[in-house]
Amino acid sequence: MKLKNIAHSRTGDKGDIINISVIAFDEKDYPIIQKQVTPTKVKQFLGDTVQGEVKRYELPKLGAINLVMQKALRGGVTRSLRLDKHGKTLSSILLEMHLNTND
Amino acid sequence: MSEKNIRIGSGAGYSGDRIEPAVDLIKEGNLDYIIFECLAERTIALAQLQKMQNPELGYDPLLEERMKACLPHCVSNHVKLISNMGAANPLAAAKKTAGIAQELGLSNLKIAAVFGDDVMSMLHVDTQNFLESGDSLLVIENKIISANAYMGVEGIVTALKEGADIILTGRVADPSLFLAPLIHEFNWSMNDYALLGKGTALGHLMECAGQVCGGYFADGVKKLVPDLAYLGFPIAEMNYDGSFHITKLKESGGMVTPATCKEQLLYEVHDPSAYLTPNVIADFSNITLKEIGKDKVEVYGASGKTLTGQLKVSVGYHEGYMAEAQISYGGSYALERAELATEIIKERLGTKNLMGDDILFDLIGLNSLFKETTLDIEPPEVRLRIAAKTKSKEEAQQLVNEVETLYTNGPAAGGGVSKSIKEIIAIQSVLIDKNKVIPKVEYFES
Repeated sequence: MKLKNIAHSRTGDKGDIINISVIAFDEKDYPIIQKQVTPTKVKQFLGDTVQGEVKRYELPKLGAINLVMQKALRGGVTRSLRLDKHGKTLSSILLEMHLNTND
Repeated sequence: MSEKNIRIGSGAGYSGDRIEPAVDLIKEGNLDYIIFECLAERTIALAQLQKMQNPELGYDPLLEERMKACLPHCVSNHVKLISNMGAANPLAAAKKTAGIAQELGLSNLKIAAVFGDDVMSMLHVDTQNFLESGDSLLVIENKIISANAYMGVEGIVTALKEGADIILTGRVADPSLFLAPLIHEFNWSMNDYALLGKGTALGHLMECAGQVCGGYFADGVKKLVPDLAYLGFPIAEMNYDGSFHITKLKESGGMVTPATCKEQLLYEVHDPSAYLTPNVIADFSNITLKEIGKDKVEVYGASGKTLTGQLKVSVGYHEGYMAEAQISYGGSYALERAELATEIIKERLGTKNLMGDDILFDLIGLNSLFKETTLDIEPPEVRLRIAAKTKSKEEAQQLVNEVETLYTNGPAAGGGVSKSIKEIIAIQSVLIDKNKVIPKVEYFES
């Protein structure tokens, strides 16, 4: 199973920092997200695209987590060489992350 | 204090946003206020450059079009208009708007310019460092274009108290554009952080206009949004006690659901329990959402804490040039040829010391060369994109020309070269003590 099967997502940007929300379609799936979508796994999944720290905030009342990533836009929206200077497409990319179905 | 609920519409989520949904809201939304949020991080630096060329400009390029479309309906339906379309020149924007109102035969409108956000003279380049890169401002000392503090509600509240119908600001924190009329209408105390937090949550949900109504939401498969081509903009209805809901016009496209609200609630948020704004540290961490009707979502549990005493300042500066060039390869071995081209270009640019301060090589492609689906090759095409930062325009020109030489000096069948050179207007931030930034208000009448 992939994250896209149970969650939706949106990227926001500020300077060289992005946040990617991961929101359960069904709030009963929140514990899976909480258990498996850890900062370490996210950082590993996104590889060199995100150069800095990944921090996670939990929002159980929304069935969501918010992932905040430092040095994620190669200098920031106004300075980046990337085609997607805002990192907006990374939310869809993150949803391709595999989840362990045994949990 | 207002006993009745206050209805606020969002008329724009960025400078170039669609105008028709705003007009629909003013006409049909039974609104008290319409807010246009039109200033991205870099917009004000670009506007400042424009103002340097012509002191009568430096405001939003769509100001005139928006005002002509909206003002007659604002007047007939008693809707007050608040916007940061003043950009780098709120005074010129307000004066221009007064002229437009006169042309439209709309007299006795009081139009406020709210400014004081320009803190260029207060920068201390020798002691300040950018929050993002950590670099000293000394590095860019002679290249600074603009420095604008994110102001709070104060200037707008003053203008409303003094009877303004239309308020045009420079840089104001986006949610503050929405919080200000709530403070004015309900006479909320500036120390009631719980209420200010609720108003900020409302502002934050509304500030990107269509994004809370199903814009930027549809995935084409699982997340379907009705009538997205006619996406409507949102309405927020606030009660004096801080409870509110988000909705939209029945006839408009899109949808307002807990899911669309959740995506927008977390958009551009870092710590949800500490969303920093000039008037309150808003706390979104205990918010719950409830669908109370079709396209109607009630928002509970927003709160807030005392403020930081500091404001964020966006500093705009010249950062050299961005050179970009692309070339496509199709059919079998497209990828191999694009990779070969990459190696050749790296070698040539390296030898000539033309790699710039930063350089990026991308491979792009689906069906830009050939629309038929008869090719059974993966990938069917590859477009090599080379982007680099250079200090000078000449260097950028040499770099893109070098890519163009791939036509006759590179792999077979390369086509569709494009070249572009853009000046980089960069933005980074510093902090400033809030008490140093004094909002100013001036009025024009139509």
